[in-house]
Amino acid sequence: MTFKLPDLPYAYGALQPYMSAETLQFHHDKHHQAYVDNGNKLIVGSGLEGKSIEDICKAAFAGKNAGLVNNIGQHYNHIHFWRWMKSGGGGNKLPGTLQKLVDDIGGFDKVRADFINAGVTQFGSGWCWLALRDGKLEVMKTPNGENPLMHGAKPILGCDVWEHSYYIDYRNARPKYLEAWFDNLVNWEYVEEMMG
Amino acid sequence: MPSLDRRAFFKTASAASAIAVVTVASAPRVLAQATTQAPEGPFKLAPLPYTPAALEPHIDAMTMEIHHGKHHVAYVNNLNNALKDYAELAKLPLEDILAKIAEVPEAVRTALRNNGGGHANHTMFWSIMGPAGGPGPDGELKAAIDRDFGGIDKLQETFNTAGTKVFGSGWVFVTVDKAGKLALATKPNQDTPLMEGARVLIGNDVWEHAYYLKYQNKRADYLKAWWNVVDWKAVSGRYAAAKAGTLKI
Ligand SMILES: [Fe+2]
Ligand SMILES: [Fe+2]
Repeated sequence: MTFKLPDLPYAYGALQPYMSAETLQFHHDKHHQAYVDNGNKLIVGSGLEGKSIEDICKAAFAGKNAGLVNNIGQHYNHIHFWRWMKSGGGGNKLPGTLQKLVDDIGGFDKVRADFINAGVTQFGSGWCWLALRDGKLEVMKTPNGENPLMHGAKPILGCDVWEHSYYIDYRNARPKYLEAWFDNLVNWEYVEEMMG
Repeated sequence: MPSLDRRAFFKTASAASAIAVVTVASAPRVLAQATTQAPEGPFKLAPLPYTPAALEPHIDAMTMEIHHGKHHVAYVNNLNNALKDYAELAKLPLEDILAKIAEVPEAVRTALRNNGGGHANHTMFWSIMGPAGGPGPDGELKAAIDRDFGGIDKLQETFNTAGTKVFGSGWVFVTVDKAGKLALATKPNQDTPLMEGARVLIGNDVWEHAYYLKYQNKRADYLKAWWNVVDWKAVSGRYAAAKAGTLKI
């Protein structure tokens, strides 16, 4: 099986003014495409061909296959990243099942603050996450192409804090990007779908 | 650069920026996060040794301004902050703190590693660049490059390839020992060979912030263009200092 770049689920300009069309063009068409291309090259002969992308993420990390962790990890992360955003997203009205999990770890405002803080403090390239572990919600951060699957948890929301995700629109102001992203772009319905 | 090329470049550059403005006219383009040098602490941000536009067209003025005035200053401020309650550590030169990074108190180890490394790396970085068009390597330095890399072309090829292979944020370096021997090294994030007690001859920043405004995803193009602004006179000075045992960061 060959991995393919999925289409963006909306127009390049759909997330303005919080994420520009220019950013999405480079991010989706160039960065994500490169992860797909490199991942397809590196999977050959790895013994992981034909496995699900989730299983490849876990096995590559356990087997210390840095090339696959990076490129298949980033393919997985970006597939969902596009869908974790939508025009008119954000807000604090969560689906009921998620609301309960959020309340269990301190409520919406605390989870929002912890998520943003995880993104701000991920030094260098990486991601911040909401993930499920043993049925409980957890805020996480991971470097480069890693994701919660590689660390025994299931990601339900992730934000890309590589500089390529925000440099055109926010320059060095990563906290502003994370706040704008969380408050205006998060597609909570897709987060609920990921919990399923 | 011949004046015709320069005019053509500025024309292209202003056309390109006009397009960029139209594309994201409605984006909340945040001016770079406010950061100024904190007044307290042992470490200071030195001014750039040239104007932000001096490295055009290879590195654009806006990138230089944000890189030095926002990113580097944040490393300096965070480094000073981390040292606030550690008066003895704060007396040490930066290269000594970094060489002992595994032994510093755990509470500040990550902060010192990231921000001390960031301060050392960027200080070195500004000091080895200058306007394009200067002379290439010569004398003892050229002989060392020929001996250890097989010539300047081979050095650039090896260095650029290593730079494209750093996944995520990091640096590509050439280290130099007291005997004058050169070697290639790459490090993630703001790590530096100084953390192994080694010395850096040159290094290029491959964090996306170093090139994204001009080169976007094309890191290889940035790595190639960067050699135009390497100040080989400054590099020769570092080489001589390394052999004399006086090179610090
Ligand atoms: Fe990304
Ligand atoms: Fe930098």
